[in-house]
Amino acid sequence: MNIEPGDYVEVATSKGSVRGILLPRPEYGEGNIVVIKLDNGYNVGVIAKEIRLIRKGERKERERRGEIKNLKGLPTISIIGTGGTIASYVDYKTGAVNPALTAEDFIFTVPEIVKEANIRAEMVFNILSEDMKPEYWIKIARKIKDEAKFSNGIVIPHGTDTMSYTSASLSFMLEKLPFPVVLVGSQRSSDRPSSDAYMNLISAVKVAKTDLGEVVVVMHATSSDDKCLIHRGTRVRKMHTSRRDAFKSVNSRPMGEVGEEVKFYGEYRKRDDKLVLRDKMDEKVSLIYFYPGMKSDLLESLLDGMHGAIIMGTGLGHVSSDLLPILRKNIRDGVVVGMTSQCLYGRVNLNVYSTGRELKNAGVIPLEDMLPEVAYVKLMWLLGNYDLSKVKKLMRENLRGEISNRRFLE
Amino acid sequence: MKCGIEIHQQLNTKKLFCDCDSRLSDNVIGKVIRILRPTQSEMGEVDRAAVEESLKKRKYIYEITDNSCLVELDEEPPHEMNLEAIETALKVSLMLNAKIVDEIHVMRKIVIDGSNTSGFQRTALVAMNGYVDTKFGRVKIPTICLEEEAARKIEEKDNYVVYRLDRLGIPLIEIATSPDMKSGEEVKEVAQKIGYILRATKKVRRGAGTIRQDLNISTGQGRVEIKGVSKLNMIPKWVENEVKRQEMLKEVAEILKERDARVHKEIYDLTDIFTNTKSKIIAREIKNGGVVLGLKLERFAGLLKSDKFRLGRELAERVRVIGIRGLFHGDELPAYGISGKEVEKIRKKLNLGDDDSFVIIAGPEEKVRLGMEKVIERAKMAIHGVPDETRAPKDDGSSIYMRPLPGAERMYPETDIPPIRIPNSYIEKLKRELPKMPEERVKDLVSLGISEQDAWQILHMGMEDEFEKIAKKYGYPTIVARAMINGCRDIDYEPVFKYLNEGKFAKEAVDDIVLRMCNGEKFEDILSEFKESVNVDEVIERIVKNKIEFIRERRENAFKPLMGIAMKELRGKVDGRIVSEKLREKVEKIIESSS
Ligand SMILES: [Zn+2]
Repeated sequence: MNIEPGDYVEVATSKGSVRGILLPRPEYGEGNIVVIKLDNGYNVGVIAKEIRLIRKGERKERERRGEIKNLKGLPTISIIGTGGTIASYVDYKTGAVNPALTAEDFIFTVPEIVKEANIRAEMVFNILSEDMKPEYWIKIARKIKDEAKFSNGIVIPHGTDTMSYTSASLSFMLEKLPFPVVLVGSQRSSDRPSSDAYMNLISAVKVAKTDLGEVVVVMHATSSDDKCLIHRGTRVRKMHTSRRDAFKSVNSRPMGEVGEEVKFYGEYRKRDDKLVLRDKMDEKVSLIYFYPGMKSDLLESLLDGMHGAIIMGTGLGHVSSDLLPILRKNIRDGVVVGMTSQCLYGRVNLNVYSTGRELKNAGVIPLEDMLPEVAYVKLMWLLGNYDLSKVKKLMRENLRGEISNRRFLE
Repeated sequence: MKCGIEIHQQLNTKKLFCDCDSRLSDNVIGKVIRILRPTQSEMGEVDRAAVEESLKKRKYIYEITDNSCLVELDEEPPHEMNLEAIETALKVSLMLNAKIVDEIHVMRKIVIDGSNTSGFQRTALVAMNGYVDTKFGRVKIPTICLEEEAARKIEEKDNYVVYRLDRLGIPLIEIATSPDMKSGEEVKEVAQKIGYILRATKKVRRGAGTIRQDLNISTGQGRVEIKGVSKLNMIPKWVENEVKRQEMLKEVAEILKERDARVHKEIYDLTDIFTNTKSKIIAREIKNGGVVLGLKLERFAGLLKSDKFRLGRELAERVRVIGIRGLFHGDELPAYGISGKEVEKIRKKLNLGDDDSFVIIAGPEEKVRLGMEKVIERAKMAIHGVPDETRAPKDDGSSIYMRPLPGAERMYPETDIPPIRIPNSYIEKLKRELPKMPEERVKDLVSLGISEQDAWQILHMGMEDEFEKIAKKYGYPTIVARAMINGCRDIDYEPVFKYLNEGKFAKEAVDDIVLRMCNGEKFEDILSEFKESVNVDEVIERIVKNKIEFIRERRENAFKPLMGIAMKELRGKVDGRIVSEKLREKVEKIIESSS
């Protein structure tokens, strides 16, 4: 009989025999090793001489969850899934981690959510954060527009790697919002008891119930599970590879915090009575990280065929002077080139040093204190929706809180 | 009787999944607060309530120490498993005749008491099907695991627990035997032998709390784990007492069944009976607004407390863990200030016959009601026999109820750590590098001139290498052995025997010197007291000169009496062996010259 993963087997090895459930071979590791889940729960890898079937494994149907009754008086919140495992549960028999796909799954995973809101949930696609593309941003934006008919707020679970790009793109595309759009992620996957997903998700739902009319990111404030911060979608950046409090507002204060209650620190845009969506994106924009020794032919190829480019320059916003001719030429040909800083913190200024002044004279647009990734998304969006002179003008204007005139000591 | 043992030994490598030092620390440099929740799995509607409960209830406060990093904080994925720790675990496995797996897979074992910041303990099975032989026979060792130590509990309150991260992540070797052992002496022997093997690797941590043993004891009904039996010498006593306890419980069950005993659910409020009680405990509880509740135990009389039976204690232990101390039962009353009249009133109110007994608990009503639930639960179990329990050992050889035995462990793969391939060539290499087995090591030591018993003792203390070095370099094997056995582990013995060998003091002084060093005195300071030491050569010269005729007359027979004279003067100041050597030399010279 055919032996498949899930079957209970006896494996003969040169060191004796081992009994347990045959597991699927993980993508790494050597081919001749089989992985067995022993009766005591441990997995071990053994070199198999022979595998004998003891009994076939049971095919497990995906568990059906009971229907959820909506409660009167609670707002409806739409959860728009994009993939990832912010909400997931473990099958201890096989060790598989299953993502929450439906509203029922979400409630099963985070039961206390039902006290906050009636939940609608749908996956628009299931991809890894790093595989995100502008076309997916547009899909999410359109889905948000569709949900406006049913919902009082939107929560978007999202992988953390590119969450700030998505939050920036939604900020620009959704010109007017009748409800909050809250992106949320987790730095510890939710199959762990210590996951930050639960608090982040609950906090996100709480923010989605407020009178906010902006796109925000809600994530842990500190390493402790005591509160979350609300970051403006155009100001937030992942600043640590693994910590719970990886997300920081750069060049601005967070908009507020969520403990038991939501607390806004200052001004914010309120809910509008309608939703306005401009969902065009010109993908012919590059984001260029300058480094000492960068060759002009590389820069040239990065600009080839592009309608715009955002440069992450050094310090106040510089690149080496031997790159100037290429930039001049491309700008003359109609490419929009904006300057941001690798420092991330602080405002670019092209007036202080001669290279800066030359860049400015060449037509490079200094982009104030905008984050490079936000500038990149903004330029794509502007090029998709406005003519060139408008694009150049709007790049320097504050549209969604992405630029500020004043910065302070924290 | 079937008994098994589980041994957990900390290693002194770096931590298992990061580069922090494996030690305890009092240097607390920060704190974080965390909440853990059971992950959703095969949970039904019922468990959902438990989830909510767990959410509002407990916060875990973690103290960050100088020897912890983002990994212990669960803020950074684990690094690859420490190679030195793996190697140590594999060597131990080989010494225990176990078969090493071809690929090690790290698992996550769910633990949500907060002792792991992640909510799970990382653990990996490294070898299977080993055994250990002692004079009692062979005991199987089905599994040997390498896992991470939990955080150290510092403080526990109703709504929070404080843990320190210093201990979290220290590598632990877990060795579990089959329940093959038949006596406490055998368990002790096996524990000792495994202990020797662990220490032979020289990679284990030493000192209080660095090795922990759990006993599994079953006498045919129920499984009992006695957790944390640290003193090996006490193991036979704990086993013996636990077997007695289980036999007693089985007998109790037989009698209860025969009598058709019953546990009723009704709980009676008896507070009125005690309005003027002389019992201080009950009076105080009532004064604080508490109640006295009673429970009828039909046909339980004589089993709660008598010469033979002690079921009452079992009931009391169950409520002690929720903080109730004021439990009394029918077999022990009247006593403790509770009068005969009060007992009579209780019996009347509960409508008890001669065969019936009862339990009363005084305290705040909510707590007492919870306590009564526990009593009912335990009393019902008594009819069936020995319940599955985790018990804590007590110093007097008895044990006390801790909690029910945990169910099957929930495990799933640690996806952050790729499987570790263990090639046969590596195992062969390790086999060539294995330390000697304890028996061989004992033979080595015995060959240096000490008794087998002392050799085992030195091995047990882990001082065999130091002993061997000193005894080979300076001699005095029995004195070195005695000094180490009576002394302590953390002093440097070598200079003592170096200076003894140089004749700075006599061997009679060694015990005293070692004792003083163990009490914290510096060896140099003690040595300075022997500074104005006599000139041995001068003394011997003088004695020989005075007795020269005697030597010429008695020849070789003169040595013994002269030695007596010399030692009278030099005892405690110079080692007799040196005196003897020097004296013999002189005497022989004179005999030679005179012949
Ligand atoms: Zn560490």
